[in-house]
Amino acid sequence: MKSAMSETEIHHTAARVVSEPDLTAIHSSCPDSPDAQRRGSRLEARIRKQLGEFVLDVGFRAACGFTIVFGPSGSGKTTLLDCVAGLVRPDKGRIQVGECVFYDSSSHTDMPVAKRRVGHVFQSLALFPHLTVEQNVGYGLARFPRATCDARVGSMLRDFRIAHLAVRSARDISGGESQRVALARSLVTDPALLLLDEPLSALDAPTKSKIIDDLREWNRMHCIPILYVTHSREEVFALGDRVIVLDRGRILAQGTPHEVMTAPLQETVAQLAGFENIFEATVESAHPSQGSMTCRIGNSDAVFLETPLMRADVGSSVRIGIRAGDILLATSLPQGLSARNVIPARVRSLEQRDVIVSCVVQCGAEGHREPGKNMLEMEVHLTLAARDSLQLAPGREVWLVIKTHSCHLMRG
Amino acid sequence: MFVLLAGSSMAINWQAFWLTLRLAVIVSAALFVIGLPIAYWVAFSRARWKFLVEAIVALPIVLPPTVLGFYVLVALGPRSPLGRWWIALTGHTLAFTFWGLVIGSILYSLPFAVQPFAASFAAVDRKLILASATLGASHLRTFFRVIAPLSIPGLITGAALSFAHTMGEFGVVLMVGGNIPGVTRTVSIDIYDRVQASDYSGANATAVLLLAICFVLLAIVYGTNRRAWAVKPVE
Repeated sequence: MKSAMSETEIHHTAARVVSEPDLTAIHSSCPDSPDAQRRGSRLEARIRKQLGEFVLDVGFRAACGFTIVFGPSGSGKTTLLDCVAGLVRPDKGRIQVGECVFYDSSSHTDMPVAKRRVGHVFQSLALFPHLTVEQNVGYGLARFPRATCDARVGSMLRDFRIAHLAVRSARDISGGESQRVALARSLVTDPALLLLDEPLSALDAPTKSKIIDDLREWNRMHCIPILYVTHSREEVFALGDRVIVLDRGRILAQGTPHEVMTAPLQETVAQLAGFENIFEATVESAHPSQGSMTCRIGNSDAVFLETPLMRADVGSSVRIGIRAGDILLATSLPQGLSARNVIPARVRSLEQRDVIVSCVVQCGAEGHREPGKNMLEMEVHLTLAARDSLQLAPGREVWLVIKTHSCHLMRG
Repeated sequence: MFVLLAGSSMAINWQAFWLTLRLAVIVSAALFVIGLPIAYWVAFSRARWKFLVEAIVALPIVLPPTVLGFYVLVALGPRSPLGRWWIALTGHTLAFTFWGLVIGSILYSLPFAVQPFAASFAAVDRKLILASATLGASHLRTFFRVIAPLSIPGLITGAALSFAHTMGEFGVVLMVGGNIPGVTRTVSIDIYDRVQASDYSGANATAVLLLAICFVLLAIVYGTNRRAWAVKPVE
């Protein structure tokens, strides 16, 4: 975790340089500080919260820009956001944005929700149904004079392209429009931090990416940390400057989406990141001059894989993750390939899931199979057309083709 | 019905009618003010002993009016600390006065205001209340800008039910107020008196008037609740 944090700092150097003068200007600035001082502030949180059997225990920092909080349902994503927003009181820890302490168990600080002025977009959006779009957006500006309020609401409606909806009732607008209203309503108060709890999960991809673009554009000027909760892998890659992987209340990994999701160091992250095939393996031999090494999978002596080189001793154990979509199937022994792994196998089952066929194969050459012994199985994803043209059926003999760099090594 | 009313309008005890109307207006207005904070507490408190308060608020629904009236009478009388304090302050007892009636009626009609209020507050989407807080609104502002506007049908129901219930009450009034014309003689007691005196046509005229008022009020209540989901944005 420590190394991941220093990486973030490097990652956000560009953003921090801009905000440096502002940071030095902050002394005891809290919600009523001038807006300029709030820019570039960073969220630092250590939170421990027990809810029955479940324990959330996390520590992280989030700088300006998107930080994706990724994890399966029940991993504590929403609890984490609720603690930062002040809707749930942690048992222990400290939550700070810039110089403003929201919560600190050691000094018994617990700033009320209304004082924190954290922008919070709920999964259900929670637009006020009895108010118009304009009234919704202006809701957080009650303490400002009418003219200031109108001007800020007006410019926010323009920034988020909803000016034409101003006098419409919040219950008479579309899903995408509602998301824009909810975002505008949270941002109009100029918060130091924005929390988004899967607000865009119900939208189609084009609508979603347009909204994200507008949000990025807004944040270019304001440069606040944005915590974006999601359980969708696609969103992690599409949005994240940085990702925090959460599972059962703990942070499993953090870093850039590329680091965390394409080369996961832990098996749990790999499962979350969509590695259908994860194997225990032993390093058989290393080929430093070729940048590769050979690994033997499991106890079976039949399957060898050529993988990228990793600093590991011969004979040490590693884990290999292979995405089901990264494996090719051939019905005859392929020739003249760049891929280094060609493994004989037999189709055991085929299952159609939506437009993907999930094919489970048993690996290893026929002669080496010992009756009663557990065979190594791999999951391979195919298109419907590929299944039909190859006339795949259970029992069919096939060859698996796996590129060296499709084999992802993880720590055991 | 109107013919019936017009024909016997002379028979109606208008003094009792206006007194009852005044009582019902004062009681329902007072209950609106007292009932809102109680209902807010009942709807949102997480206190462990909340059920006790709910049970106390609901008591007048099941308690015989004579029991409630008896205790109110005792509490207002010169033997209770409250009654003594009032006598020391004003020189006369609250029992058998109009304001004694008001106190008794407020207690008697309390659940008819608090329960609809609390039910409609509790039905407001909790996320809206949280959203209001994250936007910097105080509890009071959240109440007036979000909870109350979304609870309008419940507020109308509570006000109308407590009004109608006070209009028609009998037992508590008789116990606390007695039967003093112009002071504590309400419509329902007037009807009782006329029946005792075998003045059935007079009793009928007054009863029809009361029936009509209560029917109209309940029609308003159910009419607004039917359109509960068609509330328009507040301009």
